[in-house]
Amino acid sequence: MNLSILVLLPFLGAALPPLAERFKASRTLLALSAAALPALALGLMVAPGRRVIDGETVLSSVQWLPSLGLDLAFRLDGLALLFAMLVLGIGLLIILYARYYLSADEKAGRFYAYLLLFMGAMLGVVTSDNLLLLVVFWELTSLSSFLLIGFWSHNSVARKGARMALTVTGMGGLALLAGVLLIGQVVGSYSLGEALASGDAIRASGLYPLILCLVLLGIFTKSAQFPFHFWLPHAMAAPTPVSAYLHSATMVKAGVFLLARFYPMLAGTNLWFDLVTLAGMATLIWGALAALFQNDLKGLLAYSTISHLGLITLLFGLNTELAAVAAVFHIINHATFKASLFMAAGIIDHETGTRDMRRINGLWRYMPYTAVLAMVASAAMAGVPLLNGFLSKEMFFAETLQSDRLGAMSWVLPLGATLGGVLSVAYSARFIHDVFFNGEPVNLPKFPPHEPPRYMKVPVEILVALCIAVGVFPSLTVAGLLAVAGTATLGGTLPEYHLSIWHGFNVPLLMSVIALVGGVLVYSQRRRLLQWHARLPEINANLIFERAMQALARFAGAFSGVLRNGSLQTYVAWLLAVVALVLLSQVRPHLLNGERPLLPLDGVAVLAGAMLMVAAVITAILHRHRMTAIMSISVVGLVMSLVFVRFSAPDLALTQLSVEVVTVMLLILAMYFLPVRTSPESGALRVSRDLILSVVVGGGVGVMAFAMMTSDFTSISGFFLENAKPGGGGTNVVNVILVDFRGFDTFGEITVLGIAAMGIYALLKDLELTSPRSDATGRPWARDAHPLVLVTISRPLLPLALLVSVYIFLRGHNLPGGGFIAGLITSVALLLQYVASGVGWMRYRMPGDYHPVVALGLLLAGVTGVASWFFGHPFLTSTFDHIHWPLVGDFELASAMLFDAGVFLTVVGATLLMLANLGKLSLLDDKGGNAGQIGDVGERGDA
Amino acid sequence: MEVIMALMIATLVGSGVYLTLRARTFPVILGITLLSYGVNLFVFVSGRLSVNQVPVVGMSENPSDPLPQALVLTAIVIGFAMTAFLVVLALRGEGELNNDHVDGGSDGEGG
Repeated sequence: MNLSILVLLPFLGAALPPLAERFKASRTLLALSAAALPALALGLMVAPGRRVIDGETVLSSVQWLPSLGLDLAFRLDGLALLFAMLVLGIGLLIILYARYYLSADEKAGRFYAYLLLFMGAMLGVVTSDNLLLLVVFWELTSLSSFLLIGFWSHNSVARKGARMALTVTGMGGLALLAGVLLIGQVVGSYSLGEALASGDAIRASGLYPLILCLVLLGIFTKSAQFPFHFWLPHAMAAPTPVSAYLHSATMVKAGVFLLARFYPMLAGTNLWFDLVTLAGMATLIWGALAALFQNDLKGLLAYSTISHLGLITLLFGLNTELAAVAAVFHIINHATFKASLFMAAGIIDHETGTRDMRRINGLWRYMPYTAVLAMVASAAMAGVPLLNGFLSKEMFFAETLQSDRLGAMSWVLPLGATLGGVLSVAYSARFIHDVFFNGEPVNLPKFPPHEPPRYMKVPVEILVALCIAVGVFPSLTVAGLLAVAGTATLGGTLPEYHLSIWHGFNVPLLMSVIALVGGVLVYSQRRRLLQWHARLPEINANLIFERAMQALARFAGAFSGVLRNGSLQTYVAWLLAVVALVLLSQVRPHLLNGERPLLPLDGVAVLAGAMLMVAAVITAILHRHRMTAIMSISVVGLVMSLVFVRFSAPDLALTQLSVEVVTVMLLILAMYFLPVRTSPESGALRVSRDLILSVVVGGGVGVMAFAMMTSDFTSISGFFLENAKPGGGGTNVVNVILVDFRGFDTFGEITVLGIAAMGIYALLKDLELTSPRSDATGRPWARDAHPLVLVTISRPLLPLALLVSVYIFLRGHNLPGGGFIAGLITSVALLLQYVASGVGWMRYRMPGDYHPVVALGLLLAGVTGVASWFFGHPFLTSTFDHIHWPLVGDFELASAMLFDAGVFLTVVGATLLMLANLGKLSLLDDKGGNAGQIGDVGERGDA
Repeated sequence: MEVIMALMIATLVGSGVYLTLRARTFPVILGITLLSYGVNLFVFVSGRLSVNQVPVVGMSENPSDPLPQALVLTAIVIGFAMTAFLVVLALRGEGELNNDHVDGGSDGEGG
């Protein structure tokens, strides 16, 4: 049987109750729908469970993300079996209990769904055979417990409690993840089985202290160990079935489960002893002490839970095999009696309407049956003989006597243990005596209380019966399960031990007697103790936590406020500041000593370079004189193309030159429409900041460029140079790369081009702009829109330009040229007509839109690519052949040429779509009348 | 020659950065244009400088690196498309907000 199905069942089951609720099922039917799949899971576990009891370990694994080492691997060994039974068994009892606990108007479907999610997560934690998977489920328990604790979300206490639990356990979960990643690093695998077998390697590793601290952080937060215990009492705002589930058998037990699971991996060192024992001891005593002073019934149980978790942790910390077995035993016992106690508390709350022990008194007369159940369970909690709590507590006392790690101070352990025992008896006594005796009820909201519905008591009865059965006949009931669970925990052999009620007169027995007698004595002095406690300053963990959270939120707000102040300028400045920092950290003098010989300088190059630099700087300084800026930036572009010519890049030179023309047109259009005056806004401080940034970034990039140019390198271009002719059928390697080797890139790039054009079209739709009447100095714009000379020259130029364009296109595969350049030349030629003769004039002669041209281009390029599939080749494989054309001579036809035609069409379409649409704005303006406001003329036909 | 080239790249990037940090859309457009020139040149020279070595088979003995050239060729065209997009974005901003500040707000202290 595949174990992953077992874990999946509760998750699947989570869908059923909400569905049932939608169909207006009765409350009983809802509970049944919730119970169905967990019950099935429990049934399915019988077969593998038998094998586990026989000493086998059931494994199943499905690959999930093998590259991360994350598999859906599950293991069912003794420990997992024990916990899976607790999770499913007590879970089913909780569902039955919740059927009666939840009132009719509550969203029971949602409640069960959360509960089942949590159950599945918990089942995943205990059965994971992969460390990462374990952490995933671990986080799922944190998330689903958040939903459960905050189930009464209308209640602010519930919301806060849920948030606190999530924050604390979530933080712990992150620490655990870090710890697990480190374990994976040491072990070389995230498989739990391998990690368990590598205990020695982990303990010997230098990372061990770090791993231990991180893992323990996860465990202590989850199991509410001191000083992370404070979230647990606040989680009591949850509905009682949730508390009964989370704080007896599951959520908090996930932490101690991990102590048991990782025991073979991490235990056995002095560091482990010190950290785990100390935290356990502090929690044991602090929790028991706090429990004594609670007036809230559930508060008492919450702190007693903390205290018992401390006990379990302490046992694991002792580093003896028997102590670990005792810890596992106490996990079972605590789950049974604490779940029943929470349920009893819920019944009392339900029947009386309050949980305040100062008001709930003398209930023995009203609900004797519930009283008996609660009394047996709390006697088990106190460690009274003949009940299960006694057995594990006895083992606990015995084990504290064995340790000598603390040297001369070793007596501290048994003393602390006895003190914990005394307090535990005292608060148990308070639970029984205050609630069921101690006079008459005071002012109960519901009076008189009576016994709950019959079946609400059934889960409590079952659990109490288990307490007694284990307490009286340990070897008949729990011994087998405890043995396999203990074996799995220790990862090998089980120590010799004997589960029995009577071990003779010995020190542990004496400690038990002291605990019982002392506890009753302490309780008898409760008035004085409560008075003393009332005088103590109150420490409200919630308040401290909320304040800390608010301070954190304020800090985060202030911090991001500095970075994200709503100003794009600031963002760009931050971005560039980081670039500057990176550059500064990388720039080193040795970068300037490259091994490549420098090319000799020549006068023309120096002059051109100087021109470019001066023009760039002028652009930057005189950007407010916009015409000057445009002219100087066009100089920059021009020199750029000269640079490309000089350094053996004719294709680039041609491209740059034609792009330059359209860019300048674009800038002039922008200048025309944007506000005339660019008011000087930058203060001196801002200008100097920007100057520093630009000098550092510019200088840094310059140094990098120099370092790059002067260092030797190996290029992959040898392949392209060698294969351009035989493979791509062209001698212009740049063009062959574009349309053949890296044709897919080019395809992507022309797609971007098309998208940009569409974006511009969309942005320009219905745009209304005010045209300026004059420039910054008050000179009016020339009214002579279409100068005659320009018109006259431009018209005969068009066919010539188109001819050149065709030529450039055709030769592109072998000589500088190609689709991009030809497309740009065509665009320039057409745009010149727009400039010279006006948009209106062009519209007569170039009817229609440019969208189809872009689409056609992309389609052509795409189809060329797809066509190669039909010949059984990958996308965009090109083919070519030479044909002899009469008169023209030998002529080469390549399929890449079709692709290049697609590029050509896309470039032409996109460029014209952009600029012609922009130009249309000015046309609309001409018709807009004197007001200078462009009216909503839309697609009005040409006059 | 490499020194001149590095200086050119530095000046282009530096001027571009300075203009990109301005508050109004027009200088930012200029800045992005200069910046893309600088970046194009940077990518181009990653193939190292060589004179009279056109990467056309049969025209030179030791052809210059064609790959950066192919990359830069498309970069120039796309750079133009992006500049155009930026211009139109600025125009749209001007049309909608009656303002050419990059933050859309009128004055603010950001200059």
